Parts: sequence; structure tokens; C-alpha cells
Amino acid sequence: MDRQLLIVSTICFLAAIGRTIVSLRAGIFRPGQFNFLAIGLGFIFQTAFLSIRGHALGRCPLTNLFEVFIFLAWSVALIYMLVGPVYRLSLMGAFTAPLVVLLQGFALIAPIDIRHPVKLPANPWLEFHASISLVAYGAFALACIAGVMYLVQERQLKTHQLHSIFSHLPPLTDLFAAITRLLWWGFALYTLGLVSGFFVGQPLPYVQVVCAFGVWLLYAAILQGRHLRRLAPKHVAALCIVGFSAALALLWGITFTAQMQSLP
Amino acid sequence: MNLFCVGLSHHTADVETRERFAGHAETDGILRGAGCTEALLLTTCNRVEVYAASEKRVSTDEIARCLVRNIENDRSEYAPPFYRYEDEKCVQHLFRVASGLDSMVVGESEILGQAKKAYESARASGVAGPWLHRLFQRAFRVAKQVRTHTEITRGSVSVGSVAVDLAQRIFGQLSSCKVLVLGAGETSERTARALVSRGVTDLRVSNRSSDRAQELARLVGGRAVRFDEWPQQCREIDILITSTSSETPLLTPKMLAPMLRDRVDRPLFIIDIAVPRDVEPSVNEMHGVYLYDIDSLQSVAEQSLALRRQQITAAEAIIAEHVADFGKSISDKLNCKASSAERRALGETPLHTSEL
Repeated sequence: MDRQLLIVSTICFLAAIGRTIVSLRAGIFRPGQFNFLAIGLGFIFQTAFLSIRGHALGRCPLTNLFEVFIFLAWSVALIYMLVGPVYRLSLMGAFTAPLVVLLQGFALIAPIDIRHPVKLPANPWLEFHASISLVAYGAFALACIAGVMYLVQERQLKTHQLHSIFSHLPPLTDLFAAITRLLWWGFALYTLGLVSGFFVGQPLPYVQVVCAFGVWLLYAAILQGRHLRRLAPKHVAALCIVGFSAALALLWGITFTAQMQSLP
Repeated sequence: MNLFCVGLSHHTADVETRERFAGHAETDGILRGAGCTEALLLTTCNRVEVYAASEKRVSTDEIARCLVRNIENDRSEYAPPFYRYEDEKCVQHLFRVASGLDSMVVGESEILGQAKKAYESARASGVAGPWLHRLFQRAFRVAKQVRTHTEITRGSVSVGSVAVDLAQRIFGQLSSCKVLVLGAGETSERTARALVSRGVTDLRVSNRSSDRAQELARLVGGRAVRFDEWPQQCREIDILITSTSSETPLLTPKMLAPMLRDRVDRPLFIIDIAVPRDVEPSVNEMHGVYLYDIDSLQSVAEQSLALRRQQITAAEAIIAEHVADFGKSISDKLNCKASSAERRALGETPLHTSEL
């Protein structure tokens, strides 16, 4: 039942992608409500899935790689809803939906929904740490998407090759403001997640802690460079992509090692 | 009732011919005298067209004679450069014209305003009656629908509007942008005006001749800056429009580099419309600088025009739908209102037989 909700949710996100592709091919993409509604509906089904799974587990559904991916996709959709209408109604929605489909599609297809042999005890600090960190990842994911959009826009403006997609991207300065805002949100949430990790009451694996701090330092450096005006907006946008790739690799590593440790 | 259109446009006649047949103050009266029950003259820089309804056929030559400006000195054959559309074709032609599909710059919206003005003038003088009223009201509706449901008006197709469009793509709202106009040429004036119309309030003008700078500043609502001060101004501004007659580039990467250090997260948009160019092309390679010269602005305008042309099919489909519907609504109205005797009378006319 819960997986069916997830399939319906994925179809909603696919509808948003399909609509964008059709409009772009016809050359009449108009920032409208459809993407927002499709993503909103997909988000509701994601929430329903996480709720059912959470009730079944008796804790926050972050017990395996499958749930982590779904929670991450949910976080991306959540931040997209919160990010503001200027970005939502532009191509941002069209760029967000493929990322969610990628995460959710992979989770559904890959054999990673491995149930724990024993029911894991509830640990509020651990659940808070994991969930808040994943919401931070959602903000970083959208900063990465805004970064991609910035680089596309910048490239087209520099080369004077203005394709039809160009006219639907937000202005450079607005995109940069969105990147900065998302980075600050993500960084604040990630810091909160990192600090709460010390209260989980379990010994923390040394490598994971070092890697998590590495990602934290990378984002801190990006924000510091931005604050001191040492980094050009183009470099900030590129570093958002690098940062999210590093964060995703870390997430994979943490979840994978946690799963390996839990196997008998 | 015959509904028809006779006209000349940029497709069929050169500007001299269009001038010759641009109509005059008595055209409306002469058209009535020639047998038109209702008539409307649409004159723009690209077309001269008469839309009319008549009980009996009025020849193209007669219409042309009504339009000619100096009939005493003009005894030549009129008909050849004119086109003529009747009934359904006339309806379709007007819908295409009002939607900007027949314009020199596809999708331009000025024609709609001109058609509205021509209709209002004909209505006020009493030469436009119920037939032309229905036809033109529907044409305005079609034009609006075409603009809403296709991308026919999207993108900018003139140098000034391309520059403004690009500025908005970089900065979003232009109200907080600072603009420096360097060199007070005609194109830079037009571009500056376009920027002001989109909300720019801080505009500075610098020219070798300070009189000309002050004059342009007054015209566009900006302030004049001494020519030797423009490099300092570059530290503050967001948009630079250059069009000086300098033989060597005024702005080089070496000169710009120190200015950019203070504005790492603020883009600089440079519109170089001077020939020879005022800004070295390699400036475009610098971070945060977007340089467009006259060729690149024209190339962007061409791209927009190509995109608009791709929308013609979608617009034609909307028009075809309305042409069929308009013909049907006229036919229904005739059937409903006309008495059987009137119907018989109308049955003899081409309009009833073809039902538009």
C-alpha cells in the first residue's frame, strides 16, 4: 500500500516534467500553476507514505537507504514549496521535479528497501538529527538546482545564444539571491543536525564525523567567500553543485555503513 | 451584402506607392459615393486598406480611385498593386492583420491599436455600421486570444527592446539600476528611453560635448556628467550604454579590472552600439560582465523573430476557428432576423450564398 502511494507521487512529479517538456517543445512555456499543483500533489502523497511508514515503524522512517532517499525527495519538495512564488512559478519547478523523480525512481527500482531484522528502538535525538539533516540536504539540493539554472543563464548571456528556455529562467540577480538564501537555510539546518548528532547517546563513527564536518566546512567556506565578496556568483553557483554532490556522497556513505553494521 | 477588403501593404507595394494611395480627408465620402454601404480606412506606415460592405460589387479600381491622393495628376492604372479579399477571405485577412501575422515584424502589437483607432474614427463619423462593427469587434477578440495563447509577441525584435529585455534578464527589476549613457547618439537615446520606460530612475549622460549631454539628460530625465568623469562612474553603475565616435576602444579589460574588484557580486551590463566599437570584445570574458555590441543585439533580435515565426501555425489555427465561427454566427443572425421576404432578397446577394 505505502509503495503505491509513492508510485502515485512519482507520477505527479512526472506529470510536471512532461508538461514542461511539451511546453518547451512547443515554445510556449508559461510560468503557471500546473507545476506547483503537480508537485504539491506529489508532496502530499510522499507525506502520506512517510506517515504510514512512520506509524508502522513507530519512529521517523529513516531506517534504510530507501527511506532516506524518499525523505530526501520529500525535503526537496518541501523546500521548493517554501522557497517563494518567484522561483516556484519559473522553471525552478521544472528543474526540481526531475531531481525528485530521480531520487524516488531510484529508491523504487533499486533493491534497497531492506527491513531491519529487529525493530529499532525510538531515539528522539537520533531521529531529530537525521530528519533535520535531510531537510538541510533538501535546501542544498535546491541551491544546487538554482546553481545549475544560474550557470545556464550566465552561459547563454555570455555567448549571446539565447534559446527558448532562456526566457523562462529567473534573472541572474534573483537566482543569486535564491542561492544565497537557500545556502543559509541549508547551512543553519545542517549545523543544527550536526550538533544534535552529539546527543544521540551512541558512539559516532569517526570517519562519518570527519566527512560530515568536511561538508559543513565546505558550505561554511562558500558562505564566507560570498559574504566577503571573494567568490564571484558564478563560482558560488558551481560550488553549490560540488557541495551537494559531496553531501549526497556522504549521505550514501553514512546510510550504507549504518546498514552494513545492522546486518547480522 | 458584399464584405470585402481592398488594399496595399509592404508585401505588395513600395513606400512610394503606399504614399500615393494613403487616402485623404474626403475618402470616406467618396467611398460611400462609390457604392459602399459601410467603409473603414486602415492606414499605417506599412499598409493602406479599405474594409467595406456594399449591396453591389464595387470594383478594386474604384476603391483605388477613392484612395489616390492627387487624382487630377494621376491617370495611371490603379488595380495592379492592390489585393482584394472577399467574404470569408476578408474576415481571415483582418484577423491576421489585427493579430500581427501580416506585419513586417511578426507579432508586433502596434497594429492592433491602429486598427482600434481606425474603427473608432469610422464609427464616430458614421461610415462603419453593424457589419463592420461585428467584424472588427471579433477581430479585436481574436487578436487578444492569439496574444494570450501563443508566444507570437514574445521576445524583443528591436535593438532598444532587446537591450532592455537583456537588462531585465540580468537584474530583474530595473528601478534600482544605475545607468550611464556614454555618447549621446540617436540609438543610445532610444535605448535610454526604453530603459526609463521600464523603471530606471538613475540615469547619467556623458558626452564630449557637454551641451549635447545636458540636452539628452534633459530629454530622458537624467543628469549630465563630465566626460572625464565617466571612468569613476563605472564603479557605481549597473548598465553602460556607449556610442561615442572614438576611433580606439575606450574601455579595455585592463581598465575595467580594478573597477570590478569592488563589485564582485554585482553584474555589469555593457551595451556597445558604437561603430567602431568603444569596448574591447575581450571585456566579455571578465567575470560578471555581459557585453553586447550592435551585431550581437541584432542577432538576438533575429532569434526572437525566428521564435515568433514558429508560432504562426498556432495563431493561424486560432484564426481559422474564429473565421468559421464568425461565418456561422452571421448566418444564424441572418436566419433569425430576416423575414422570409428579406431572406429572399438576401438570397440574391453573394454574402448570403457564401455565408461569409
